Amino acid sequence: MSTELPVQPIQAGSPSVSMIRSLGLVSLICGFSVAIAYQWTKPYVDENQRITTERAVRAVLPTAMQQKAFVLGASGIAPAAPDSPAESAVFVGYDGAGRIVGIAARGAARGYADLVQVMYAYQPACGCINAVKVVKMNETPGLGDKVIKDPDFLKNFEALDARPNAEGAALANPIVTVKHGTKRDAWQIDAISGATVTSKAIGRGLDQSAERLVPLIHRHIAALEAAGR
Amino acid sequence: MSPLIQEEPLTLDTFLRGIWKENPVFVTLLGTCPTLAVTNSATNAISMGLATLFVLLCSNVLVSLLRKSIPKQVRIASYIVLIASFVTVVDYAIQAISLEVYNALGAFIQLIVVNCIILGRAEAYASKQRVINTVVNSIGTGIGFTVALLCLGVVREVLGAGTLFGVPLFGERFQPWVLMVLPAGGFFVLAGWLLLIEFFKQRRERRALEQQGATVHGR
Repeated sequence: MSTELPVQPIQAGSPSVSMIRSLGLVSLICGFSVAIAYQWTKPYVDENQRITTERAVRAVLPTAMQQKAFVLGASGIAPAAPDSPAESAVFVGYDGAGRIVGIAARGAARGYADLVQVMYAYQPACGCINAVKVVKMNETPGLGDKVIKDPDFLKNFEALDARPNAEGAALANPIVTVKHGTKRDAWQIDAISGATVTSKAIGRGLDQSAERLVPLIHRHIAALEAAGR
Repeated sequence: MSPLIQEEPLTLDTFLRGIWKENPVFVTLLGTCPTLAVTNSATNAISMGLATLFVLLCSNVLVSLLRKSIPKQVRIASYIVLIASFVTVVDYAIQAISLEVYNALGAFIQLIVVNCIILGRAEAYASKQRVINTVVNSIGTGIGFTVALLCLGVVREVLGAGTLFGVPLFGERFQPWVLMVLPAGGFFVLAGWLLLIEFFKQRRERRALEQQGATVHGR
């Protein structure tokens, strides 16, 4: 003997129809408001992002008179678009005569609380990183955030060695963060004691980004220079 | 809609209730997650308060407008979809206004969706009352929340960073009490404010009782 209950067909005016109707109405209103808000704010959000990036580039390349963004690939360079991947974009700073004064790029690695994002300036002439600015981080106040102001830590980035190796395929020496007071080589970063995790995140972010971009920068340096003229 | 539910008249109390008698932070202790998390500076506190006020107002107005056409079986689903949409709108708006504030508030903007002040107001008030009452009540509750966050934010920023709205107050030699801007500081400052408010409340009640006793027994 079957115990199945007969299925009631849905009829207009029944509670099921009114539930579907009201959920549909609510979804319609919500869909419209989200779509309108997105369309309306998009140009402002893009502009804010552009200004923030430009400001960070200016902070690491203060002598640049103009800056241009490019995407570096194995086959060549292309002007960066707003939706280009952040990890392969570089910002080249030129002086008044169109000579390169430095190349800024972004690096990011996980710190103690969240992703630590930095902008750094690379000098192709000396093969070194000579400025680093933290763009975004959410580290513990009083501990992790020392990386922004600590003068001893910032000294690491006066000429941090980031030369490419002989084959031009990777860095000659990977950038590493070492325990406070044990820095011996030019490619090492002396960590802040009490902010080791954040110091290491910055080191990792720089290493990963430089490992990929430095060989490409040296390969396409002539094209980047020509783009400034 | 049940015919038993009475629509209340619009009075000054409709507005003031959320600010003082039913303050979401200091009295009903709702929405403590953003209260503790984003009040490490006065700017963050105000931004969070205003974002919540906007979501509270917009979603509750729609809940009130649609109160007769939303069947009770799907009311929670409808309210959450409405709240989530307005949170998304606020999320875009804050990104458009200031990326710094957006980065400082982090995930807590998106978490307004599950702020129980908003769903609580929708369920307990907006779904039963006229639109005008809902507008007034939501603005009152939103202001109450913003003021409460600001109370915490000001104390924590002044003690923990020596600044107010980013302006330094004490000069170079000030040693900040860093604990205050850490999560633990949020608990200490909230406890301090609750203690202070309870002290004044009890003192007022005691005085009222004494006065009542004096009237009954004479002096």
